[in-house]
Amino acid sequence: MSTLPMDHNVDCLSDDPRQRAPLVLGHEQFDTVTSEILRCNEAKRPPLAWTICFVFSVALMTMLMALVGYLIVTGVGVWGNNNPVMWGFPIVNFVFWVGIGHAGTLISAILFLFRQKWRTSINRFAEAMTIFAVICAGLFPGIHIGRVWLAYWLFPIPNQMDMWPQFRSPLLWDVFAVGTYFTVSLLFWYVGLIPDLATMRDRATTKVKAIAYGFFSLGWRGSMRHWHRYERAYLLLAALATPLVLSVHSVVSFDFAVSQLPGWHTTIFPPYFVAGAIFSGFAMVLTLAIPARQMWGLENFITMRHLENMCKIVLLTGSMVGYAYGMEFFIAWYSGEIYESFAFINRAFGQYAWAYWIMVSCNVICPQLFWFKKIRRSPWTMFIITLFVNLGMWFERFVITVTSLANDFLPSSWGWFQPTWVDMLTFLGSFGLFMTLFLLFIRFLPILAISEIKGVMPQANPHAHDHHHDAEDHA
Amino acid sequence: MSSSLRDARIWGLAAQFTSPAEICAAAAKARESGYRWFDCHTPFPVHGLDKAMGLPYTILPVIVFFAGMTGTCLAIFLQVFTNALEFNIWAVVPVVGYQFEVSGKPLISAPAFVPVAFELTVLFAALTTVSFMLLLNQLPCLYHPVLKSPKMKRITDDRFMLVIEAKDPNFVRADTESFLESLGPERIVELEP
Repeated sequence: MSTLPMDHNVDCLSDDPRQRAPLVLGHEQFDTVTSEILRCNEAKRPPLAWTICFVFSVALMTMLMALVGYLIVTGVGVWGNNNPVMWGFPIVNFVFWVGIGHAGTLISAILFLFRQKWRTSINRFAEAMTIFAVICAGLFPGIHIGRVWLAYWLFPIPNQMDMWPQFRSPLLWDVFAVGTYFTVSLLFWYVGLIPDLATMRDRATTKVKAIAYGFFSLGWRGSMRHWHRYERAYLLLAALATPLVLSVHSVVSFDFAVSQLPGWHTTIFPPYFVAGAIFSGFAMVLTLAIPARQMWGLENFITMRHLENMCKIVLLTGSMVGYAYGMEFFIAWYSGEIYESFAFINRAFGQYAWAYWIMVSCNVICPQLFWFKKIRRSPWTMFIITLFVNLGMWFERFVITVTSLANDFLPSSWGWFQPTWVDMLTFLGSFGLFMTLFLLFIRFLPILAISEIKGVMPQANPHAHDHHHDAEDHA
Repeated sequence: MSSSLRDARIWGLAAQFTSPAEICAAAAKARESGYRWFDCHTPFPVHGLDKAMGLPYTILPVIVFFAGMTGTCLAIFLQVFTNALEFNIWAVVPVVGYQFEVSGKPLISAPAFVPVAFELTVLFAALTTVSFMLLLNQLPCLYHPVLKSPKMKRITDDRFMLVIEAKDPNFVRADTESFLESLGPERIVELEP
């Protein structure tokens, strides 16, 4: 499976707090950085593990397409959605995928503004993951509207019926929030890619590659006059994306919080959803990064320090999510509202208690293992924990969506939601779409931000080597 | 300096350096020597090189600010127009939005219009950031002498190039070459137009 053996001697974590662990290991020269990162992109054949994963993912994606076709031809009755549980799997899956899509922009924008240089090794594929996750997310509300051919009604387009969308509805805010988020993430990702595509263009061995990478690199030539505006543009995008990333999941939470349903109508929802989104997003970054760094042999760039930092963020946001679960219960009791109290007791001990306890054990208990340094430094243990976190975060959305709808105010209108095989296989198929896009990305595009990584190496600092020279120049 | 000394077949001269410190020093010297039509090509943005070259600060943030404000105004107009407006143009042509009563909320519900106004602000600003960054950089660029020479391939990998264009008023083939030589480059490359 792996092309390079995991070298356990490669440990960039220093126990001396006065010393910063290096961000790039084993490289003194810039050109070896380029060739090591692009080694797998430039290889004639991808690793066997890649091919196997790709075939499997394409099969799952094909299944997704077939099921969506079946749904469109037959109607939404193929799903388990019913009255009162109108929002079944499609909305659960939508919130799940949008949540995963939050880590990418968090890493690229917020960590950039905080000058966290360690982000350079993980931002590229985290951003790619964001874009692919938002594509998966966009699919579900799209097919949930029932008459897919009328999806354009979501947008304010003048029409002969003299009707407009309802701008006081959070569902419409979602259209704008997710649409903007996708566009801005794509721009951010692409702007970051331009210099690296130019690198691939200049190293291309075939005419087709040279033209393809040349086309997308827009004739980038690394001019410092260009870099100046480029860096400013990147900073502006980061500054714009930072409030955006926090707004998107807040708006998603408004879909729930603005309604009157017990268990949904709470003010904690926006921050709680954002914390959950970052939590699940980082978990997914780790889930993808650990196999990818092994398959692509990138241990020198995605070092233990990077993995450990991400584990710490998972631990922090996991604890915030756990706090939110506790606070929801407290407020339900403290408010004295019978419907609210019932909604939460029902979540923990009602007909969906199994889902609730899966959620609590995966999201609250599992990440607490990251308090132990040994676990934070063992990639495959992390991998397993993050799989549980992904599972738990899906169940969180399931619990929120389904329990509140199934048991609302009047017992006479209570119901029970049971997913059908179409529901389950469509969700599984969305992983096929996600993985297919991700595998194509790691094969054909630079998986790490090459120019940014060179920029954080100590050799990149023009004042690092010769202070004498420098002093003379300024004298 | 006379223009007859200029070589018409030459677009410029490039000096290749191996480290960020060298290119910074070289750029500062080129500027001191009076060159204006010069550029540095680097695999990553070298910290402080824009100052050494004396580059003016970009106008991009100002443009982006106004684009963002345009987005805000447009979003507020869109929402008020579609959900609340009702008037007649010259008392003849009726323009009516889709007025829809929801739980007694006013038609112009300012708090409810905030999310879309915010999203469109960000969208307009982000699209403008990228498009104007490319526009000001004159990208996409289909052809450039710097990209033509195979000797320049390493500017996107690990080498730092100082390029002085022939159209610079101070450019004299022999003088410029000896000036570049004095900076101690790894090699000097002639660029054809």
